[in-house]
Amino acid sequence: MTANLATTSGVTTIPALLARNVAEYGAAPAYREKEFGIWQSWTWAETAKEIEALALGFMTLGVNEGDHIAIIGRNRPYLYWSMVAAQMCGAVPVPLYQDAVADEIAYVLDHCGARFVIAQDQEQVDKVVDVQGQLSGLDHTVYLDPRGLRKYDHEKLTRFQTLQENGLAARAEHEPELQARMARHDYDTTCVMLYTSGTTGRPKGVVLSNRNVIETSKNSSEFDDLRPGDEILAYLPMAWVGDFIFSIGQAYWTGFCVNCPESPDTMHSDLREIGPTYYFAPPRVFENQLTNVMIRMEDAGKFKQWLFHHFMAHAKKVGPDLLDGKDVGFGDKLKYKLGELMVYGPLKNTLGFSRVRVGYTAGEAIGPEIFDFYRSLGINLKQLYGQTEACVFITQQPDGEVRSDTVGVASPGVELKIAENGEVFYRSPGVFVEYFKNAESTADTKDAEGWVATGDAGFIEEGSGHLRIIDRAKDVGKMSDGALFAPKYVENKLKFFPNILETVVFGNARDKCAAFINIDLTAVGNWAERNNIAYSSYQELAGHPQVLATIQGHVEEVNASVAEDPMLAGCQIHRFLVLHKQLDADDGELTRTLKVRRRIIEEKYADLIAALYDGSSSVSTETEVTYEDGRKGSIKATLELRDAKVFAPVAVAAE
Amino acid sequence: MSGGNYVTADGRQIGNVLMEMKNITLRFGGVVAIKDISFDIHEGEIRAIIGPNGAGKSSMLNVISGFYHPQEGEVWFRGSRRPVMKPYQVAEQKIARTFQNIALFDGMSVLDNVMTGRLTSMKAGMFAQAIWKGKAEREEVENREVVEKIIDFLEIQAIRKTPVGRLPYGLKKRVELARALAAEPKLLLLDEPMAGMNVEEKEDMSRFILDVNDEFGTTIALIEHDMGVVMDLSDRVVVMDYGRKIGDGTPDEVRNNQEVIDAYLGVSHD
Repeated sequence: MTANLATTSGVTTIPALLARNVAEYGAAPAYREKEFGIWQSWTWAETAKEIEALALGFMTLGVNEGDHIAIIGRNRPYLYWSMVAAQMCGAVPVPLYQDAVADEIAYVLDHCGARFVIAQDQEQVDKVVDVQGQLSGLDHTVYLDPRGLRKYDHEKLTRFQTLQENGLAARAEHEPELQARMARHDYDTTCVMLYTSGTTGRPKGVVLSNRNVIETSKNSSEFDDLRPGDEILAYLPMAWVGDFIFSIGQAYWTGFCVNCPESPDTMHSDLREIGPTYYFAPPRVFENQLTNVMIRMEDAGKFKQWLFHHFMAHAKKVGPDLLDGKDVGFGDKLKYKLGELMVYGPLKNTLGFSRVRVGYTAGEAIGPEIFDFYRSLGINLKQLYGQTEACVFITQQPDGEVRSDTVGVASPGVELKIAENGEVFYRSPGVFVEYFKNAESTADTKDAEGWVATGDAGFIEEGSGHLRIIDRAKDVGKMSDGALFAPKYVENKLKFFPNILETVVFGNARDKCAAFINIDLTAVGNWAERNNIAYSSYQELAGHPQVLATIQGHVEEVNASVAEDPMLAGCQIHRFLVLHKQLDADDGELTRTLKVRRRIIEEKYADLIAALYDGSSSVSTETEVTYEDGRKGSIKATLELRDAKVFAPVAVAAE
Repeated sequence: MSGGNYVTADGRQIGNVLMEMKNITLRFGGVVAIKDISFDIHEGEIRAIIGPNGAGKSSMLNVISGFYHPQEGEVWFRGSRRPVMKPYQVAEQKIARTFQNIALFDGMSVLDNVMTGRLTSMKAGMFAQAIWKGKAEREEVENREVVEKIIDFLEIQAIRKTPVGRLPYGLKKRVELARALAAEPKLLLLDEPMAGMNVEEKEDMSRFILDVNDEFGTTIALIEHDMGVVMDLSDRVVVMDYGRKIGDGTPDEVRNNQEVIDAYLGVSHD
């Protein structure tokens, strides 16, 4: 690693890192993708050839420095190459969310004035064709999968491989210019532009420079001792900053291998086959996996169940300590070893976590039980706190200091400060350059000294120096009696129940709190099957009286636990309803990274909220839904509203 | 509109006659299932056979596939008259089909089911297969490659190793299509490919059928009840009613044919 660093000083662009990797680890795998049932792989040397051919191809299309090249599709090596090839030409890659509907894509393409689009398949090309009329700047589309596209007008459409061939054929003509451009780019050249998912309002284009990306990748890779030979699975949206930093920034900095799944549906079996050593997943993924494990255990035989529960109880007791290298008794150690052989090892293998050395979760709070479950198995799962504007890393948990209720200490190179109103600010080499074409927002977020407002309220714990996040600063409010209202705090507690997938708590400026709840179809569906409860649709299951009773139980449990905190006792949920449809990003209710958009939900379901507060026991409603292909429909439902028991605040124990 | 090459509405060049049915009559005892029907199928086209229940559509498909032998009439395939053949001989002629009521091996994985579609191109003997050396191994690798391309094409990678019996109906239909495609057919016969599917599954299946036709140049003959689907998919349509042919032409021609309208909507007897 040290040798590597010495030769790396002065490397200031991603294409330059690529050249370094070819020189240092030319024959090591850089990318793998499962296709036709087999893992295909490309070494760093092969990768460089592919990328160069593509960059030359871009030159034949007339890509200029500063042009924006949009990239839409699932994680595939070709699309990652497109980003680096764009950087070689001095163009700015702009990855987009592949499940975005045509409207959203039109907005982004128009906003960044993209001249070129790299689209994965017919579905994505269709979206671009749909909105092409509204975009004057769009010049040419390149596609990867030719299927179904044969009959399309190819005047402004080229196949990826054809473009590479054209590029290679015109090498003599374009290579000098390409070299000249690469020599011109430095630390302050734009590396990538990423659109924030936008919990509020339209997405903003975050401009990140090479300095931002490379410095951050360097610091974070050293923090976790990432090294060549590490493996990651690239399955999270390419438009998300995390994927860019992990799969391009850190991968190019340390020279590890990026593995792309065969299809989104095969992610879990691909994960198992690759056995990544470095893994990131949002809490939702870990929750789903745990739910699946538990469901499958319930189907197992009595003896297996006993074995599982017995050893898991032991793991819970000593697993985290062992992971942190603390002292554990000899007998306990031996029993843990036995458990490893019989339960933990096979389970980790099934989950694909056998080789995970560094695992992260972030984005939302993770339930302590879920977090402890994975850690007790010996998986080094940690939390980090990050933002697009920071190139991900603001705080992260060092090995040995991992807890479920903090997000860790400031990442290397990051300074933190807490404003008077509790909002967290940070400053780091990773801090973004600006919001594209939006000086006003840039000024609102980043001050002259480079401090950036996170929009989250939190505090630094005394003693440990760990940051704890309470809630979005905007969402923290006051109830009508002046008590603190922190919806996320309550929502997280609710979401820790496997039966509850999502929830939205209301109560700002009101006298009581009320909640919308989304059931988790996997968990509740399994329960229904087990209890011979027939249902024909999500809506019917969600409205089933027994489901409502179970949810009511969960709500009351949460109320009891909220009541223990005198500061937040007012946030107990007095009334709730179970929504007849799942909150969905296609309907604008969630962001593409699946965060709740409160304002939109409040407007859309105003009738339901009114019913929660007027005391009625049922309400009829009609909701517009958007299908995946962009068509709209509506569903009607009559929902039952229930009261939940609330508890008197627990008196503070006598001091 | 029958006979001769033509260009479809969306600009595809349709080739020569691939199969021709000449005055086919099929009887089961006293029941006449098909009465003196003639039509042809051109290379590269999507040809639909429609008609109300009991019109004789499936019987027609079984005649095409060589499972039924008509008492009268001739089946011409690639320019020569087809003798009475066993189903496996038909398969060797590169004609593959799917069934109205799915006919897969429930206990076998999707992959194995699709591999059975390659049987006609496996030549190694039983012993060689058992030892799995040399030719047998080479053959399996080659055939697996073909099968994997089809699995990729039909987007069923995630269920590659799943036993077919555990799959929902819509996916089983897709697996059946995969098995038929594995035979690399020149002519693909689909018996109600969309029956019992919801709108989304129908859309997926329609896209696959169009893509198969487009990508592999496969000629497709299909039976379908869903008129919307038929009209969107097919280049030419044969309409049957009570064993007779009552219409033949492009979807537009058929749609405006009075006899067809009567057969479908009924006609008042006054």
